[in-house]
Amino acid sequence: MSNVKRGVLSASPIFRTLFSVFTGLLVGALVLFISGYSPLKAYRVIIDGIFSKPSYISYTIIYATPLIMTGLSVAFAFKTGLFNIGAEGQFIMGALGAALAGAFVSLPPVIHAIFAATAGIAAAALWGGIAGYLKARFGVNEVIATIMLNWTALYLNNYIVNLPGIKRPAATATAFILDSARTEVLPLWKISEAGKLWRAAHPVWQDILRTPLNVGILVALIGAVLCWWLLNRTTLGYELRAVGHNLDCAEHVGIDINARMICSMAIAGGLAGAAGAFHVLGWTRQAAELAAMEGLGFDGIGVALIGNASPIGCIPAGLLFGALKYGGSKLQFALRAPIEVINIVIGSIIFFVSMPKLTQIVAQRLKRRRLGRGEPHVG
Amino acid sequence: MLADSLAFIFATTLMYSAPLIFTALGGVISENAGVVNIGLEGMMTLGAFVGAAVGYYANDAWIGFLAAGVSGGALAFLHAVACVTFMADHIVSGIAMNFIGPGLSLFLSRFFFNGATQTLSLSLDVKIPRPLNGVFEQNGFFDMVFNQYATVYLALLMVVLLWFVLYRTRIGLRIRAVGEHPKAADTLGIDVFRIKYMAVIASGVLAGFGGAALSVAIVSRFSATLVSGQGFIALAAMIFGKWRPGGTLAACLLFSSAQGLTVFLGRADLQRLLPIPSQLLAIIPFLLTLAVLVGFVGKSRPPAAGGVPYEKE
Repeated sequence: MSNVKRGVLSASPIFRTLFSVFTGLLVGALVLFISGYSPLKAYRVIIDGIFSKPSYISYTIIYATPLIMTGLSVAFAFKTGLFNIGAEGQFIMGALGAALAGAFVSLPPVIHAIFAATAGIAAAALWGGIAGYLKARFGVNEVIATIMLNWTALYLNNYIVNLPGIKRPAATATAFILDSARTEVLPLWKISEAGKLWRAAHPVWQDILRTPLNVGILVALIGAVLCWWLLNRTTLGYELRAVGHNLDCAEHVGIDINARMICSMAIAGGLAGAAGAFHVLGWTRQAAELAAMEGLGFDGIGVALIGNASPIGCIPAGLLFGALKYGGSKLQFALRAPIEVINIVIGSIIFFVSMPKLTQIVAQRLKRRRLGRGEPHVG
Repeated sequence: MLADSLAFIFATTLMYSAPLIFTALGGVISENAGVVNIGLEGMMTLGAFVGAAVGYYANDAWIGFLAAGVSGGALAFLHAVACVTFMADHIVSGIAMNFIGPGLSLFLSRFFFNGATQTLSLSLDVKIPRPLNGVFEQNGFFDMVFNQYATVYLALLMVVLLWFVLYRTRIGLRIRAVGEHPKAADTLGIDVFRIKYMAVIASGVLAGFGGAALSVAIVSRFSATLVSGQGFIALAAMIFGKWRPGGTLAACLLFSSAQGLTVFLGRADLQRLLPIPSQLLAIIPFLLTLAVLVGFVGKSRPPAAGGVPYEKE
């Protein structure tokens, strides 16, 4: 019995994820087929839309960048036993903080960008920290607190971006950030005469630099490694995980659980805030009035779950999510097929990710069949 | 003047509370059976779309309303398959519902409404009726407060019904037993899986009703941002209401009364007296909820076996 159980449990998380992605894409194909679109054509459009030009690949990375970071935010909180539904609001605060610091403070290049990013991250860390504080001090469930804080952030953002002196004339958004705060790759050089000449001689770069390629992706990758390191290689990380794993036990061994909860939510907030900050500094250059939630924070929950709540896993999960979103956005134009099929695919992937038992059964069947055919036993 | 103002606030409160009450009650029944349902938002969105779409094509809001319940229940069935049969992590599956529900709604909307992410409007004479229309003196206090859509009264009735079922019937006892201690319930011969399936599906039906209470009563069509987040507010109301129908009702009313106050303060005549920017007004319901949570805390305790997959030995 115990042997059978161990065999069942041996299906690795990677197999589970790959199986889920495959099945999710299959569900998408089925939905398209039932509605009268050719799934093959649709996936061809998506794949071409992601890979067929250097600029498409660049856009895929740009789309994935904030998703990796909000994914990290959710994953980090998960690892410490907290459910951060608040990445959405923290993203908004990060974007707002960075936009204000980028537009209304004068500093030399690079330093200004670092300052503006820090301002955004700090604002969002504070926002996440509030939820942590409410939980630690008053026992307010962090799920409710962050849901309320999401909406508070949205309307606060809408209030601030429309204030006289902050609002840009004839727009419902803040003034553009100064060039010194931009984190796009050589934004001025690439439209200068010298830059244009160089680009004309380098067609691949010519195409890539058409996109707002920015340093955000590096920040996301470094952030993922830092999260992993913090959680697994430091005392603080150990304590945070201990709080997540067993609250009573952590308290018993002398960990200040209240301080750790606040710390954890502040870090999660800062990560989602980094997503917002670099989204503004690297691409949009403004914080705009929001009619509804943009969803990059909620998508982060999906990224964290597909990435098995591991910081490193958020990288491929965010890239997959970004690729589907960017590639999928071309369905409407190419086939007049509803782009929302992408959300169905992503939902289905998460749905299958949620059922390790199902993947274990599938893994076992596959293994048995392989053994039955007498082929060498792999994995 | 004061009576009019109060009547306006009460009326808005009741109107906005119905979608929240239905959906939050959905959360109550599912979580009492030990299945966390964070997918309420997705089920509510699907219900809002199906209610409006079927209502439009059938030219009958009630048929739309029922169809909304069926669609919410169908989505919840998937959640039950994952959580009960395949012992999924309830949060993960619930989040999946929140991608699938809205995704499917917009996909179908584009499919059936010529590429648009909103449905066509029901004609006003087939919207959900106001049963007490004409009972009270026109524009009097009672008329203003109680001349509500039928869905409001249905929602309030549902609170009583769910309370009765959960605390006064055998099936309710079983539901709660399964949520508190599935193993003990199993030992006593209760079919744990069946109870859980029923509770989760009922939860989806209620969330679907909640969505339709928005799309075929308060407004007369579905649009992409119609639900946006109300399912989560309902979830918060359920937690705040300590997983009980009465407490949940109170939490929903608290939230929608803050919404009512916000709408009231935003009225043109009041803006002249007390000019507060609309965006700051819009924050009130959320801050008030947080403030109340901080003030009235007392640890809320979910059903003991909530979120824990049950495996038969």
